[in-house]
Amino acid sequence: MADSGVTDGAVGKDGIQQAKIEGKELTKEEKQRLRKEKKQQKKNKEKNDENASKESEEKPVSAAAPTPTQPSQKAPSAVPTPASLPVPVSEPQPAKSKADMKAGRRARQESERASKKKGDAGQPAATGKAKAAPSELQPVVKRLPEHVQVDNPDVLKKLAKKLEKQQIPLRLDYGHKVSLFSHLHQYSRRAPLTQQIGIPSTVIHPAIVRLGLQYSQGIVAGSNARSVALLHAFKQVIRDYTTPPNEELSRDLVNKLKPYISFLNQCRPLSASMGNAIKYIKKEISNIPSQCREEEAKSKLLSCIERYIDENIILAAKAIAKSSIEKISDGDVILVYGCSSLVNHILCEAFEKKRKFRVIVVDSRPRLEGREALRRLVQRGISCTYVLISAVSYILPEVSKVFLGAHALLANGYVMSRVGTSQIALVAKAFNVPVLVCCETYKFCERVQTDSFVSNELDDPDDLIVTRKGRTQLEHWQEVPSLGLLNLVYDVTPPDFVDLVITDLGMIPCTSVPVVLRVKNVDQ
Amino acid sequence: MPGPDKEIDLTERIEAFLSDLKRGGCGTGPLRGSAETARETTSLLRRITAQPRWSSAGDLMEIIRKEGRRMIAAQPSETTVGNMIRRVLKIIREEYARSRGSSEETDQQESLHKLLTSGELGEENFGQHFSALKANVIEAINELLTELEGTTDNISMQALEHIHSNEVIMTIGRSRTVEAFLKDAARKRKFHVIVAECAPFCQGHEMATSLSKAEIETTVIADAAIFAVMSRVNKVIIGTQTVLANGGLRAVNGTHTLALAAKHHSTPLIVCAPMFKLSPQFPNEEDTFHKFVSPHEVLPFTEGEILSKVNVHCPVFDYVPPELITLFISNIGGHAPSYIYRLMSELYHPEDHEL
Repeated sequence: MADSGVTDGAVGKDGIQQAKIEGKELTKEEKQRLRKEKKQQKKNKEKNDENASKESEEKPVSAAAPTPTQPSQKAPSAVPTPASLPVPVSEPQPAKSKADMKAGRRARQESERASKKKGDAGQPAATGKAKAAPSELQPVVKRLPEHVQVDNPDVLKKLAKKLEKQQIPLRLDYGHKVSLFSHLHQYSRRAPLTQQIGIPSTVIHPAIVRLGLQYSQGIVAGSNARSVALLHAFKQVIRDYTTPPNEELSRDLVNKLKPYISFLNQCRPLSASMGNAIKYIKKEISNIPSQCREEEAKSKLLSCIERYIDENIILAAKAIAKSSIEKISDGDVILVYGCSSLVNHILCEAFEKKRKFRVIVVDSRPRLEGREALRRLVQRGISCTYVLISAVSYILPEVSKVFLGAHALLANGYVMSRVGTSQIALVAKAFNVPVLVCCETYKFCERVQTDSFVSNELDDPDDLIVTRKGRTQLEHWQEVPSLGLLNLVYDVTPPDFVDLVITDLGMIPCTSVPVVLRVKNVDQ
Repeated sequence: MPGPDKEIDLTERIEAFLSDLKRGGCGTGPLRGSAETARETTSLLRRITAQPRWSSAGDLMEIIRKEGRRMIAAQPSETTVGNMIRRVLKIIREEYARSRGSSEETDQQESLHKLLTSGELGEENFGQHFSALKANVIEAINELLTELEGTTDNISMQALEHIHSNEVIMTIGRSRTVEAFLKDAARKRKFHVIVAECAPFCQGHEMATSLSKAEIETTVIADAAIFAVMSRVNKVIIGTQTVLANGGLRAVNGTHTLALAAKHHSTPLIVCAPMFKLSPQFPNEEDTFHKFVSPHEVLPFTEGEILSKVNVHCPVFDYVPPELITLFISNIGGHAPSYIYRLMSELYHPEDHEL
């Protein structure tokens, strides 16, 4: 076990160090002790700094000056500065009374708690929005998610600290990044995160470890598949969970889930659908009444998750298939791109209902997901044609409709989907072929985005090297300083290319997405 | 005897050229560039002209047409061959007209005046024999060959007029003309190039390696990401296989998508094409326009179970309509697509459009 575990900087006690190396979870007391020591160190350091600057300040400032500054320092500020507050308050201590000190400490705690709440809300959910009442248009303070701020060293430091606390290893970026995308992570598939944690890991539930590995190696791919896998893994976690003494299930379980979510985020950035699912679970957990027994609470949560999957994924697919079949007529030639579970489901259902149509599957390097879709459709007996995306303007004159799947629908009407979707929509528009996007409502997202650069995912650049003939001469691209490879995963399609969005709530135009979001929020 | 030996030699050369053509353009990208094909064709035609088998211009043109038809039949998609033949035929007509003493312009185009005044002359039959004709024609073909050798350099010389510093330029696949163009500009200016790899043959990879060796910042992207990155691109510079008579292009597959994306973002699309790629064909013929190669490039035989149940297409070329093109850069300068018809009328005679 020598190489496993989080190798920390020397913090202090050997016991804690040993426990960390072995990958054991630190007990609560040890964690508190660590935190206190760190705070003490920081205080000492700041005190020294303050003393050094204070000496030069002290002479011109009169003795009366510190007293009027005291109440302003003690006043609880909306913007918390927990680190700096202790220092100025600790200095004019002899002048203050004990009651004043207590008030100051209480104010500090309040501000710290407020800052922690804000920090929590900004975590896995991609938007990081503070809870606003849906009926009012409150100004929302959005915090940028960490995974689009890779070029900011402060954000990286904060992330490293957070992961250290949760005992999750930090995944390192790989290879030379194209300068336009220096704000995003780029990982290599050959270095999965699980190599850096010990097996068996007692910090992370094994179901989550397996899930993280499946995500990072691309074994579980596709928006729906990832969400369903996530929810099943959480069900397993809840089943194996026992409330520690003196803790409430509603608060402790949420805290337990946080490191798991960070781990999964490190393996592969969370998708919009996963973010919505996690938000839902957290809300359900925190709504568990405190007098509920553990068994009852657990079964309630499990049934909630079951219902979520049922309503939002399975039944939604059925509803969408029903509406889409009206749009498919006999003799149609339908073009699909890549492998969307929903679009495949629709086509299979339409084929069962004895519609006569044929399908053209368009595929693209390097993922070549279209082959999977091709296999599924051919198995059902649908007649298919297969081309690569560069041949789409050759094949499009034959096509009567284009069906596309979506990863997420953004609040300004843009469709976020696999890279290449916007290209297909563009060429279809040029040839006047209708484009229909199929998307469940749980994938609707409050973010807005206008181009594919600001928020995206960079896949392993080595995937581009492998062609059908084996590796090409790009194999040694790392050695050439002026050569870069770019493997994007998502792109956004502007709403003017999309003619219709088919959802479980009906058929809507692209621009009605914020209306649906509002309706959903009011319902909840 | 030198005569028959030379003839046999020539026939052998032609046969070797034909079989090379049949193999060369087999779809893994041209193993030879179009410039070499043009040069080889022209030198072969020069040799044919040097033979003593003909006595008048008409005979020579008949011989060249016959050989030309065989060459075109060997590889119909290689239009440079046909273009060179038409150029040589035009040269022969001009030299004939000059030897006859009549000025060149009157024989060029059909005009109402010509119809009315020279009605009784009937058709030109090119029957007269001129002794200096052979030498003149061979000299003119030599000039054509020199022009062919200088095309890439002439195009690259214009690079600095079109590329400024800190630009992002996009290209697709591999074109030797564009490569030389960009390398020439890189000597003086710093810019960034994005290369779309152009599946399934991924010729973009070779282009990117070659450009990065010349210390140009290059990025390789997959074809699917063309629209996604287009918003950051300042210019799109591409090469082409053929320039059609209406100003459209027959280029490598994926170029139409690239052109549409550029139009959507109002990015100028510049085509670097030397004059020998200009062809008097129109894109109307659906059957003869497209060329397909083996579908196992797209769906390999390892997918055997489903292979028999699906149709797989692997087209090589794409049609790009002239509305999407901003500028043509050729060895004689820059032109708009609407000017191509004029250039064509200068290069080829209307009666040679159908060989």
